[in-house]
Formats: sequence, structure tokens, C-alpha cells
Amino acid sequence: MTNKQNKKTNTSDGSDWQYSETVKKHFFDPKNVLLTDPKPDDFDAEGQVGSPACGDVMKMWVKLAPPKEAGIDPMKMKIKKLKWRTFGCASAIASTSVFSEMVTKNGGMTIEEALKITPKDIMAELGGLPAVKVHCSVLADQAFEKTIENYRGGK
Amino acid sequence: MNKNKRIYLDHAATTYMDPKVRESMKPYWEENFGNPSSIYEEGREAKRAVSDVRIKVAETINGRPDEIIFTSGGTESDNLAILGAARSYKDRGNHVITSKIEHHAVLDACKQLEKEGFEISYIDVDENGILDLKQLKEELRKETILVSIMYANNEIGTIQPIKEIAKAVRAHKKAMGDHESHMPLLHTDAVQAPSYLDLNVLKLGVDLMTLNGSKIYGPKGVGVLFKKRGIKIDPLIYGGGQEAGIRSGTENVAGIVGFAKALELAAQSKEKESARLTELRDYFIENILKALPEARLNGSKTDRLPNNINISVRGIEGESMVLYMDAKGVACSTGSACTSDVLEASHVIQAIKSPHKYAHGSLRFTMGKKTKKADIDYVLKVLPEILNKLRVVSAIK
Repeated sequence: MTNKQNKKTNTSDGSDWQYSETVKKHFFDPKNVLLTDPKPDDFDAEGQVGSPACGDVMKMWVKLAPPKEAGIDPMKMKIKKLKWRTFGCASAIASTSVFSEMVTKNGGMTIEEALKITPKDIMAELGGLPAVKVHCSVLADQAFEKTIENYRGGK
Repeated sequence: MNKNKRIYLDHAATTYMDPKVRESMKPYWEENFGNPSSIYEEGREAKRAVSDVRIKVAETINGRPDEIIFTSGGTESDNLAILGAARSYKDRGNHVITSKIEHHAVLDACKQLEKEGFEISYIDVDENGILDLKQLKEELRKETILVSIMYANNEIGTIQPIKEIAKAVRAHKKAMGDHESHMPLLHTDAVQAPSYLDLNVLKLGVDLMTLNGSKIYGPKGVGVLFKKRGIKIDPLIYGGGQEAGIRSGTENVAGIVGFAKALELAAQSKEKESARLTELRDYFIENILKALPEARLNGSKTDRLPNNINISVRGIEGESMVLYMDAKGVACSTGSACTSDVLEASHVIQAIKSPHKYAHGSLRFTMGKKTKKADIDYVLKVLPEILNKLRVVSAIK
């Protein structure tokens, strides 16, 4: 998953504010942002984590394939679409953008595969984040888990 | 716009150096490099340079030369004033009063005093970012040895009623029947003030005042602590006994000369520059609020520095705005530069009780000598575009 150019992780102690080129790319041109409010059948599940008080809110929507049928293990569903919105910093925006690409490329990961993605994997894909911003990559991961939890709970 | 042109709107963080300041410093790097403590000609020359500008600095703030202590900058001056005064007078009381919107150089020095057994009262500000004077008066007690309130806030530019505070402190001394004594002392962090506000220490009624070179088109790494005659403070740095034993270490001669020049220039241009920037500030505020209905101005519209504009935009996070502005050639900041690696909302924005949806989205523009109306018009053009883009991403509508 880690691409060679991105292997260099930012070993920041908090004083280094240099964002990697990949972070900048995703920050200035984020992928899979939900542009208009969804209609009832657009997505199979949604989830939200964080609070405005912490300065971080992450909202995610997923569309799965094939359609939910009896007998199919929900964990084997593929992620057809993943959209998001955030009230977060550059790192949160870039992390979620890159996460949305990771789980939807090549026909989409299964839920099982996507749940295995760790904040560390997101960081590696981004080419690192400043140390104080590491928690921002956790946000994408948590929002996805919440979304799947809601899906399995039938919400 | 020229792609390489930058618009610098972060003068509260630091300023470029005035060429006249640079010129004034020039002889003190290679030619007159002596140590002021040396008794031979090179040393005497350096000592003369420092003494001469000490007089100039004293005159500018209506103090006396022996009341000027040169330091390494605003942070050291604040620390020296607070730690030095509290430790020196700890047998007289253990209570210190400050505000919730001070610079961290003051707040963190107070935190240190708490560890040393002092009690600190942090006074609230109102929604406009102005100190609650009534609360301050109520907090004054027999054990209060120091009051430290900033002159003008570095984030939202609000000007604090220092003269009123001095009056309240004097009344308190009188009520204690102890007006002969110095207690409590009044310190003000005036780092953001010299280019725009009156620095006359007698009119202000302060005992201690912090100044800094790097915010007034002077050199970085040099500041002043004004300390009224007769007040004793403990040093932070021990050694060769320079600055009347209060601040040891070989004098930063070039820096001190540059600081004095910068302060002199600030005094000269104060009136004209304040008028020019006040007009520009009001133009900026009026038009930005018109263009962005979901934005709000942080801090009083009138009791604020002529060069400060600080807005919050609902649902938009500060760092994102700063990075987009940077990409568009504009240098501005969120909170203060010192706190941008802290993930909490700025303590100042929290103190004015801004709703959370706004609190994380504060954006500060601080203008200066080189700021032109065209720069502001450019910001007024690009900021709404940037916000439109960020609003799409935002999870808070």
C-alpha cells in the first residue's frame, strides 16, 4: 500500500510544519467530498464522529455493492462510493480524501478489508503528518468504523 | 497579480526591519564591537552607545534612564516582570491578578508562580474582549502584590483600560491605608502598542512595562522592561551584573541601538500611521462582514488597535483558511503564531465566549507600514472564494 516516494514519514516533534506534497495535493483538491445533501436512497449508511468543541467533526456516507441480500455476509460487501465532509484542519481533510481513494479504487475494497486500514496506513499513504496532527488521520478511520457500525445496526 | 508578490498581513507576529533601523545598527557589528564592560576605548565607546540610547528610550516613554532594562525580548521582559516582582515581594503577599487573554509569556509565568505557591486570579473579559474592571476591583486584596494586564491584545487587538486599572490599584492602596508602599505593582505587556498607542508611563500609571523590538520594525531578540525607580525585582539571569544587576550578560549593543531607533520611529509615525490604518481597518471590517454574512468580528470594533482585524467564520477551521490564503500569496494567521501548534481553540477567542462553531475558525490580519488599500482589496476578493471552497468540505453548515 505504501508507495515508495511516500515512505519518508515526517518525524516531527511538533515544531515541523512542513506538509508533504501528497498532503497538499489532497488538501487543495480533496477527493470524494459530498457536494450536495444526499437523497434518501443515495447511500446505505452514514456515520459521524467528533464535536465542534474539539474543532473536529467528520461525517461519512457509504454506498455498498452488491445490494444487501439475505445470505450475503455484510463484511464482504464492496464499497462502491464513499463520500465525506469535515470541520477539520488540513490534515483531517487530506487524510479523509486519501482514505476515500484507498477504499474505493479498483472496484472498491470489501468492508472487511477497509476496516483493516489503520491510521498508520493513511499516514504512510500521505507521506507522513506532523506529530501533533497524527490524531487527524484517526478521525477518518473512526468515522468509517462508525458508519459501518451504523450500517450493521441497520441505521 | 504578480505570482511572486506576497502580501504580508501578520505584523502582530513580527515585522520587517525599517532600513533606518538597520543603518543605525551598522556600526556596531564590526567597527564598534567592544564590550561595554571593558574600560579601554572600544569598551567605552560601546558603553556610550548603550547609555545614549537608554536616555532616548527613557525619554520616549517619559521614564528615567535607570528605569530601562534591556532584555532579549518581550517574553523575557514579561517573565522578568512577573517572576522577578512576585519572588522579590513574596513576604508581602502571595496573590497576583492577571487576565484570561494575556500572552502566554504572561500566562505561563503565572502558571509557574502557582507552582511556587502563589495564588493567581484570572480576570474575565466581556464579549468585546475588554477587561471586566469591576471583577478586577473585587479581586484586589491585602495580599495582592502584582497586577499584570496587557495594553493591547495580540490576537484581537483590543485595547485594555490601563489608566482605569491604575486608578483602581491606587484607590485600593489608599483603602489599605498603605499608599506609601508599592503594593500591588502594576505591570503591562505593551508589546503590540508602540506603533499606535501612548506609551507615557506616568500617564498610564504603570510600574512595569514590557516592550519588544521585533513588532516595531526593529531587531528580533531585543526588548525592554521599564521598571519604576525603587522597585526591586529578582533577576532571572545571573552573571556579570549588567543592567544594574537585574539582567546579566554582555549587552546586545547593535540590537539595543536598533531597538531605540525603532521606538523613536514608532513615536514619530504614530499619529499619521494610526489614522491611515484605522481607516483601512474599518474599510476591511465593513466589507468583509458584508461579503461573508456568516462571519463575525472578534473583539471591540472601536477599542482596538488600528492594524488588527480578527474574524471568525462559522464552520470553517482556521488552519485551512491560513493555508489557502498562503497559497494565494497572503500571510495571515489563526490565533497567534505561538499557538498554532496547539489544537485547542485560542484562549482569547474562548475568553470572549465565541460559540464553538466559530471558535476554531478565527483568522487574524494585522496590517503595517507597507499595507496598501490594494492589498486589502485583494484579500476581500480572494477570501470569499476560498471560503466557498472550504464550505463545501465542511461538515457544519
